[in-house]
Amino acid sequence: MPSYTLRINDKPYQVEGEPGDNLLSVLRYELGLSGSKYGCGEGYCGACTVLVDGHVTRSCTTRLAAAAGKPITTIEGIARGGRLHPVQEAFLELEAFQCGYCTPGMVMATIGLLRTHPTPSDEDIARVMDRNVCRCGTYTRIVAAVKLAAERVRGTNNAGGAR
Amino acid sequence: MSTRIEDVAVEIERYELDAPAPYQFEIERRDFMRIFAAVGGGLVVVASVPRAAAQESGRGGQGRTIPREVGAWVHIDGNGRVTGYTGKTEIGQNIRTSLAQAIADELRVPLASIALVMADTDLVPYDAGTFGSQSTPRMAPQLARAAATAREMLLDRAAAHLQADRQALTARDGRIRDARGRSVSYGELTKGQKLAGEVADDPRPQPASDWSVRGKPAKKIDGRAFVTGEHEFTPDIMRPGMLVGRVVRPDGYAGTLVSLDDSRARAMPGIAVVRDGAFAGVVGPTERAVRRAAAAVRAEWTVPANPPSSVTIYEHLRKTAGASGGGGRNAPTIVGDVAKARAAAAQAFDATYAIPYIAHVPLEPRAAVAEWTDGKLTVWCGTQRPFGVRGELAAAFRLPEDRVRVIVPDTGSAYGGKHTGEHAIEAARLAKAAGKPVKIVWTRAEEFSFGYARPAGVIDVKAAVDAGGRLVAWEFDNWNSGGSAIRTPYDVPNQRIRFHPAESPLRQGSYRGLAATANHHAREMHMDAIARALGIDQVEFRMRHLTNDRMRAVLEAAALKSGWPKAGAPGRSMGIACGTEKGSYVATAADVSKDGTGFRVDRLVVVFECGAIVNPDGLRNQVEGAVVQGLGGALFEAIEFGNGRLANGTMEQYRVPRFKDVPAIEIVLLDRRDLPSAGAGETPIVCVAPAIGSAVRGLGRVADALPVQLA
Repeated sequence: MPSYTLRINDKPYQVEGEPGDNLLSVLRYELGLSGSKYGCGEGYCGACTVLVDGHVTRSCTTRLAAAAGKPITTIEGIARGGRLHPVQEAFLELEAFQCGYCTPGMVMATIGLLRTHPTPSDEDIARVMDRNVCRCGTYTRIVAAVKLAAERVRGTNNAGGAR
Repeated sequence: MSTRIEDVAVEIERYELDAPAPYQFEIERRDFMRIFAAVGGGLVVVASVPRAAAQESGRGGQGRTIPREVGAWVHIDGNGRVTGYTGKTEIGQNIRTSLAQAIADELRVPLASIALVMADTDLVPYDAGTFGSQSTPRMAPQLARAAATAREMLLDRAAAHLQADRQALTARDGRIRDARGRSVSYGELTKGQKLAGEVADDPRPQPASDWSVRGKPAKKIDGRAFVTGEHEFTPDIMRPGMLVGRVVRPDGYAGTLVSLDDSRARAMPGIAVVRDGAFAGVVGPTERAVRRAAAAVRAEWTVPANPPSSVTIYEHLRKTAGASGGGGRNAPTIVGDVAKARAAAAQAFDATYAIPYIAHVPLEPRAAVAEWTDGKLTVWCGTQRPFGVRGELAAAFRLPEDRVRVIVPDTGSAYGGKHTGEHAIEAARLAKAAGKPVKIVWTRAEEFSFGYARPAGVIDVKAAVDAGGRLVAWEFDNWNSGGSAIRTPYDVPNQRIRFHPAESPLRQGSYRGLAATANHHAREMHMDAIARALGIDQVEFRMRHLTNDRMRAVLEAAALKSGWPKAGAPGRSMGIACGTEKGSYVATAADVSKDGTGFRVDRLVVVFECGAIVNPDGLRNQVEGAVVQGLGGALFEAIEFGNGRLANGTMEQYRVPRFKDVPAIEIVLLDRRDLPSAGAGETPIVCVAPAIGSAVRGLGRVADALPVQLA
């Protein structure tokens, strides 16, 4: 089997696999990074969302070969030194979850969204996050959390923060 | 000492415990290794599992003993940290928090000092399962009584310890103080020893008016672990030496294994194939390896001939129903004489409502990790019935129940869809064969085809009114969808209400609110139609037939909050519905507008009352969630099937509510501190569809079916 180098959360990982293996399965079963969840395997629920090259990516439908060599960020890689990412803080503060299974994917999708839409409208959120499902139905809270996080991230950036 | 609890106090819908696990194994009856070795090519005919026999498993939950010892429910360690024990499961309804609130309040300790051990059959008292909205009305008082008893015991000990007058002692923040300011901590009093003594029948739990932790918003306990991804759901669990398993399934939603050619799979490195009775599965080192191996197995299945489709299902349900409504819980409600009343009535209104199967789609699919150690089986899995699943495992592997431990990690939702333990049995079967821990995680396609669905149903409603517009006769016949909330809350002198169990081609079982949604949809749409035909305001028409003050209160509040009745504007319309189930009351108003050839929902106003509110923010979250889930069934969810296969059994094809589908939702919670707290996770779902259906009638003719569609 071919060998690939994955750059995940600024760390290199060497994995063996077929080019068509899906990234989610490699993350969860081979690298022990189980924060990204399996929900559908079709790219339609968003529980597996990670960032690849900064772009919101469904890891369950991403081929190992396509992810190799590119910077990958997972839910495990966004808190800094025990301090939560502002998006995580916003979800926690507004209790924007119930069972929490979709939450890592929602958080990652939000981080991706805020890169391209620093001041997202309800419509932006609905459109860009259309492939993230919260089956518990906490969408209204998630929208509020996304907006709160947007404010905080803008504040951090304006203050010259690193994120 | 122990006491017997009878679960009959809870009127459990038959579907709560339906959807039996499908396996009957040969193992243990004879030498296991021989069977494992015999798994190979060749044609083996296996009989299908007798449904009745399979149904026995997992049903053993009723009339179990529950402990009376305080120590079984509450423990205080030497540092004053409190542990509560409950067989209930956390599935997103947030009872890990709300049950802890009850303990904190009664023990007079901060919420942060409480940890709950939940749903571990070796550690917690027996519990029938997390369903029927029973955690708040039954488990919370149980834990509160245990905590209050513990508090009184601590006061007794403190009086002795401090040599103080017991009446002058106060308990607060985990310490007991006397009038002179001396104090002793709970930890010093218990020294971590188990609290000996029985839960008192009347340990003076607080009335809601004195609550200090309950009645206020509390954050989800361990919330941080969910936003960081650190929480271990069952699919995230790893065990030393763990292998991965996968079940070999038929192409359609049903089939009986006839033959198996596993030669290609067995040639794959590290792969073993397990065949036992109707069960076939593969086990191997990685998820991708077993995925390939399962795909390489060639299996033949017998499938039922000419099965009904999602179009012919309603006719099928009528045809296969028993002649009578059955006895017991399915006994008909007969009041007065409907035939006579109908003959004398001024006007009759008859309609038939069709309710499709819908899927739960919990984002965490069925998953289980099984491990055998010295003949004892431990299974981690998502289920709402840990003790029920323990019983299923014990039956499947012919073990005494004390050789089986089921542990349910806080689970990625269920909505009534995780009552059974087939995934646990599958993992355990594979682990037994492999001699190593095995994890299985169902694929989404497996969830759709082999999990169970909310029952489809067909409902005939025949009503009649007198010349004054008063209901005089109400006939209501529900085929298959179930008996929850089948009785009308409206005052009608002549009634005949019947539930007719029928044969279901799809595996069916519990669901959030069960048949209460179907029955409310038919009833409320019918009330709406009659009011419209008579030219009476729909709220006024209902009020004329309602005597229950709680029901009247939510309906009035919904009308007020929503601005009912709103003057009609072109292309806009409003609807309303109300209902009650499981001890709580809901009224929902909907604003809709024309959108192309269809409609869109612009706003929902939901008024909900469930007695004294324990966690206002948690409750609001539950109500919002139930309403959004209700939107799915109201607007687009329906399982389509034909020729023994699902036609929309993927996440792409089966539409669930997404961000863009959610309208403005305004929630009003009526807090009745004078009433006991009822469960709240289910009932807010029941009026979403009829409120929308009623509103859409203002735009055109609406089909008598779910989802709501302009005809």
